[in-house]
Amino acid sequence: MNTTDTLWVIVSAALVLFMTPGLALFYGGMVRSKNVLAIMMNSLAAMAVVTVLWVLIAGSWAFGPDLGAGLLGDFSLAGFTHIPTSLAGLAGVHASPLAVLLYQMMFAIITAALISGGTTDRIKFTSFVVLISAWTLLVYAPLAHWIFSPTGWLAQRGVLDFAGGTVVEINSGFSTLAVVLVLGARRGWPRDSMTPHSVPLSLLGLGILWFGWLGFNGGSALGVSNVAVSAVFNTQLAAATGLIGWLIYERSTEHYATTLGAASGAVAGMVAITPCAGFVPPYAALIIGLLAGLACSKAVRMKFKLGIDDSLDVLGVHGVGGVIGMVLLGLFASKAVNSAGSDGLFYGGGIHLMLTELLAASVSAAFAFGATWVIAQVIKHTMGLRVSEEDELKGLDLSQHAESAYSAGGTGRFSS
Amino acid sequence: MELKLITAVIKPFKIDDVKAGLKSIGVDGLTVTEVHGFGRQRGHTEVYRGAEYEIDFVPKLKLEIVVEGSRVDEVVDNIVSNAATGSIGDGKVWVTTLETIVRVRTNERGTDAI
Repeated sequence: MNTTDTLWVIVSAALVLFMTPGLALFYGGMVRSKNVLAIMMNSLAAMAVVTVLWVLIAGSWAFGPDLGAGLLGDFSLAGFTHIPTSLAGLAGVHASPLAVLLYQMMFAIITAALISGGTTDRIKFTSFVVLISAWTLLVYAPLAHWIFSPTGWLAQRGVLDFAGGTVVEINSGFSTLAVVLVLGARRGWPRDSMTPHSVPLSLLGLGILWFGWLGFNGGSALGVSNVAVSAVFNTQLAAATGLIGWLIYERSTEHYATTLGAASGAVAGMVAITPCAGFVPPYAALIIGLLAGLACSKAVRMKFKLGIDDSLDVLGVHGVGGVIGMVLLGLFASKAVNSAGSDGLFYGGGIHLMLTELLAASVSAAFAFGATWVIAQVIKHTMGLRVSEEDELKGLDLSQHAESAYSAGGTGRFSS
Repeated sequence: MELKLITAVIKPFKIDDVKAGLKSIGVDGLTVTEVHGFGRQRGHTEVYRGAEYEIDFVPKLKLEIVVEGSRVDEVVDNIVSNAATGSIGDGKVWVTTLETIVRVRTNERGTDAI
């Protein structure tokens, strides 16, 4: 075990963990004041529930020795009854295996929490918890095995995905789409005004996400190296040009540059650079971020035409941004940046890598959508997914959690 | 003596001018409430992630002042002159007759309680 590599992975795990409360703020600011605690509670629930499931089963299914055909890991790590001394296929990683599994746990947490951006304002709290629990085991763990574990079947085909363009971004985007289609739109959408109740809260959340994303991508080198530095460097560049790209699109179509647009653009840029971070040279990160900012800004407008209430644009930002990143990796990947990677179209590798990336993106999207749709249907027809109309109108903070986010002095009285 | 309730809905940023004007003519009490509404001004448009929202209800301040009937015109004129900007959305002032008023501390009634 290399202590420096291990230290970087532990620090990165903390950085990625911090992204989930950041996401809670980012999302919380965008919903109406009667639902802010409920959506934050979804992130909190993910931090607790996914942690436990990861230790019990999901971590083993994702990173345990392959059961065969690269589809799923075995149960050998289940319950963590012993400290793992090695991870299948990761012999070249010198960080502690336990640190790597801690780090990967944080990815599962935030990917589950991302789904709340689509389901907000109408999903039952208990149903959300059951949903992300089943989803962590049946969707996240297999997908992480296919791509993040070198023994997975997509990894074996030479798919490059540095930090989760498929496992985190495309997965969350298309899983959310599936749940939203089963769940239905918020009552009154899109006729009623459902404007963000606190953009400053969202901007604070964006700051935390941006900060944490340096570890999300940088830590995915699983050690201290030039590749890790490239990944951190590229993340910063893509966030910047993503922000610029979104604002360019906004200014040219609506004549305003909005703060929420700036924040969303930075996220879109970082989403797109996620699969590319440790594989592309810095100039490419500038281009990838810019294209993602422009494209995602356009994509989030589509939901109104399609009539799909993906409330906080998980598909439009994470799904679309993830696909963009995977495709552009096929152009810009360079072995000069990362000898363990491949050369893309611009570096003499031909079209092969891009086709491989497209395969991984398509398979991830289809699997995430299909499997999550089944899970959502089962929940809908057993315990139900939605709150009642009365509870939805009252707001989920009160109806699900018996709290109010903002109350200027109580006018009620204590009763036991 | 007749009692009148003057209610004024004004642009929030004019509150300091209006308050100073009322003090200068010896009006000793004023209650302010944050309200939302629209008149001919209608609302405004906000844009979030490319979606335009018509915000119909514009923030305003509502002032309530109780005066003796003889002072109504003076006080209303004072409010109007200090609240006016000349642009649409300056608000409204209306006057209603009041049954009575009580000072809670002393139980005084009518004009003594103003």
